[in-house]
Amino acid sequence: MRAIVAMSGGVDSSLAAALAVDRGWEAVGVLIHLSEGASRCCSIEDARAVARDLGMRFYVVNRSEAFRREVMEAFADSYLAGETPIPCVACNRRFKFDPLLERARLFGAERIATGHYARVETDSTTGLRRLRRGRDRDKDQSYFLFRLTQEQLARAWFPLGDITKDEVRREARRRGLATADKPDSQEICFVPGGDYAGVVEALRPAATRPGAFVDADGTQLGRHPGVHRFTVGQRRGLGLSAAEPLYVTGIDAASGRVRVGPADELAAPGLRLRDCAWIAGTPPSAPLRAEVQVRHRHAGAKASVEVLGQGGARVVFDEPVRAVAPGQAAVIYDGDAVVGGGTIAEALA
Amino acid sequence: MRIYLDHNATTPLHPDVVDAMARCLAETWGNPSSTHAEGAAARDAVEAARGQVAALVGAAPDEVRFTAGASEANNTILAGVTRHLVTTTAEHPSLLAPAEVLEKRGVRVTRVPVDADGHVGACALAEALCPETDLVSILWANNETGVVQDLAALRAAAGDVPLHVDATQALGKIPIESGWDFLSASAHKLNGPKGTGCLVARRPVSALVHGGGQERGGRGGTENVAGIVGFGLACALARRDLRERAARSAALRDRLWAGLAALGARRNGAADAVLPNTVNAEFPGVEGDALVQALDLEGVAVSLGAACHAGSVTPSHVLAAMGRTPDQARGSIRWSVGLGNDEAQVDAALERVAMLLERIR
Repeated sequence: MRAIVAMSGGVDSSLAAALAVDRGWEAVGVLIHLSEGASRCCSIEDARAVARDLGMRFYVVNRSEAFRREVMEAFADSYLAGETPIPCVACNRRFKFDPLLERARLFGAERIATGHYARVETDSTTGLRRLRRGRDRDKDQSYFLFRLTQEQLARAWFPLGDITKDEVRREARRRGLATADKPDSQEICFVPGGDYAGVVEALRPAATRPGAFVDADGTQLGRHPGVHRFTVGQRRGLGLSAAEPLYVTGIDAASGRVRVGPADELAAPGLRLRDCAWIAGTPPSAPLRAEVQVRHRHAGAKASVEVLGQGGARVVFDEPVRAVAPGQAAVIYDGDAVVGGGTIAEALA
Repeated sequence: MRIYLDHNATTPLHPDVVDAMARCLAETWGNPSSTHAEGAAARDAVEAARGQVAALVGAAPDEVRFTAGASEANNTILAGVTRHLVTTTAEHPSLLAPAEVLEKRGVRVTRVPVDADGHVGACALAEALCPETDLVSILWANNETGVVQDLAALRAAAGDVPLHVDATQALGKIPIESGWDFLSASAHKLNGPKGTGCLVARRPVSALVHGGGQERGGRGGTENVAGIVGFGLACALARRDLRERAARSAALRDRLWAGLAALGARRNGAADAVLPNTVNAEFPGVEGDALVQALDLEGVAVSLGAACHAGSVTPSHVLAAMGRTPDQARGSIRWSVGLGNDEAQVDAALERVAMLLERIR
C-alpha cells in the first residue's frame, strides 16, 4: 500500500514518516513549500534528509505563490479590517490537505500521514469519520483541522494523536532521526518573531492609517498608529494611562476606532459564526449543547449552538467568555470530538 | 524496470565509454604535462580525444579546448564581452546568468525575442546588432523544447560579428553545421561523462581558469584525462552512428508524441526544426510537476522543462518567451528519448500516463 507523508522538516512529521515506514507502507514524502520564512530556511533539506534516511521517495510541491495571495495577504487584509485572523485553519485545509488529497489521488495513495496531534475514528454506525483531540491536550491541533472534509479524514492517518510531544521527541531520538532535536515551531510560519504588525505593514504598505482610542461611551482617550496593531483582549502596548488596566474591547476598522475598557467589558455572552464547516459534512439538524473553543489556547466554554442559514451559526455561552476576537476560529466540540466550527463574525453584545 | 525518458537532462553512459574510462583511470593516470612516458601516454590519450571531438564538430583539433562542461565554456566566451552582447530570451541559465553579470559590469545585453514556435528571427537579430556588438550567442537546440535554430540564417544575419552557439543539445543528435565561430558542448548529453565539455574556438578567446598553461593556455588545471577520453569516444560513436541514432530517436519520439496527443496533450514549439528525440507537451489542466512525480513513482523518468528548474517556483522562462501562460508552462513536460529506449518502453510509458490521467479525471 502506498501512503503520502506530509513532511515539514520538523520532528513531528519526521516521526510520522518513520511510523508509516514501520507499517510496511510504501511511504512517499511530500513537502508543501509555502513561504520563505526566515526560521524555515533549511526545512526542505531537513525533510529530504529524513526521507533519505528512511529510504522514502521525496517530492516538493510548491504553493508559495497562491499561499502569499490567499493566506498571507488575506491575513493582512483581515487585520486591516479590524479582525484577528487565524491563518492556520485555512492553510491546513487549502494548502495542506487539499493538495495532499490531490497528490494522493494521482499517486494512488490510500493514506495521508501527517504529524498532527489529533485523532481520527470511524463511527461504526454511520461510517462517518470523527475528528478528536490529540491525547496530548497541550499540543492538540484539532482546533486547526475543523475544515477537513470526510474524504480527507478518510485518508488521514495521524500517528501522533495517541502520544505526547515528549514521547515523540524520545522516540525520534531513539530512532536517530536527523530532526529529533529541532525546536518546535510555535508561531505562525510567516510571522517570524511574532511581529504581526510588521508583517501586515510589509504586505500592505499603503493600507495602514492612524486612528483613535475610545472608551465605551465614545470618548477619545488617545491616538494609535493603526487598527492592525490591536486584537480584542490585548492589554500591552496601548500606551494609555488609566486608574485600572485597560483592554481592547472592540475594533471598528471603518472609523479607525479601537475601543478600550476595563476587564469586565471584555466578556461576551455569545458569538456569531460565518463560513461554518461541519465534520459530518452537513450541519447538525437541531440546536446542540457543546463546548466551544474561541482561540487555540482556550480551554473551551459550555454553550448552546444554533445553526443559522448561509453557513452561519449562533453560539450562546452558559457563562460569558472573555476576549472573543472576530477573525479567530470558534470550534465546536462534543466531548473531545470536533463537531464543526467557523470564523467568528462578531461577539454578541 | 525504470523507463528513462529524460535524455536532455543527462544520458546514460555508453558501455564502451565506461570501459574506455575505466581503462584510462586504471592505466593512463599520468599527468599530460609531464615529460616522462606516463605523462606522454596521458597526453596522447587527451590528443586522441581532441581529434575525435574535432571530427564530430567539423573543426581542427587545435580549435578544441576542453573544459569542465558547457557551462564553463559559455562563461569563458562571455567573459570576453566588453561592450555589447546579443542573445535571445530563450537561453540556457549558463548563458543567462553570466549575461546578467556582464550587465552589472556595464556591458549592454540585448535579448532578441523568440516566436511562438521558439525560433529566433533573423531580421530581429540583425536589427539588434550595432557597431559595438562583440558577440552573438545563441542556444542552437533548446534543451526544454528541442527547437533547433536556423544556423545559416542567423549566421547571415550576424554578418561579421562573431557567432557563438551552444550546441550542447545538438551534439550527437543532429549534424553539426558550420557557420559558427565558437561552439560550446558537453559530454554527458551524448552518452559521455559529466564534468567534461569543450569550447571550440575559431578565433582567440582568453582563458577563464588560469593555471599551468594547459590547453595551450586556454584553460588552466590538470586535464580530466578519463573524462576527456570518455568525451572523445562518445563523440566518435556519435559520429559513426549519427544517422541511425537520429532515425531511431525520431521514430520513438513520434510514437510517443502520437500517444500523448491521443491522450489530449498539446505540443510546445515547432513540430519541424526540432531535435529528433524531444517533445515538450502539456496536458491542459494538469499540473506538470504532479504528473512528473506520479510518473516517477510508476517508474517513468521525465522532467519539467529543464532539470535545473526542478522544484523551483518560476515557470520555464523558455515557454514564457514563446508566449505560453504561467499555467501552460507549469503544465508542460519534456520528454526526451535516447540510448536504451525502445518501442515497448514508449508504449509502457504511455499506458502509465493514461492510467494517471484516469485517476485525476
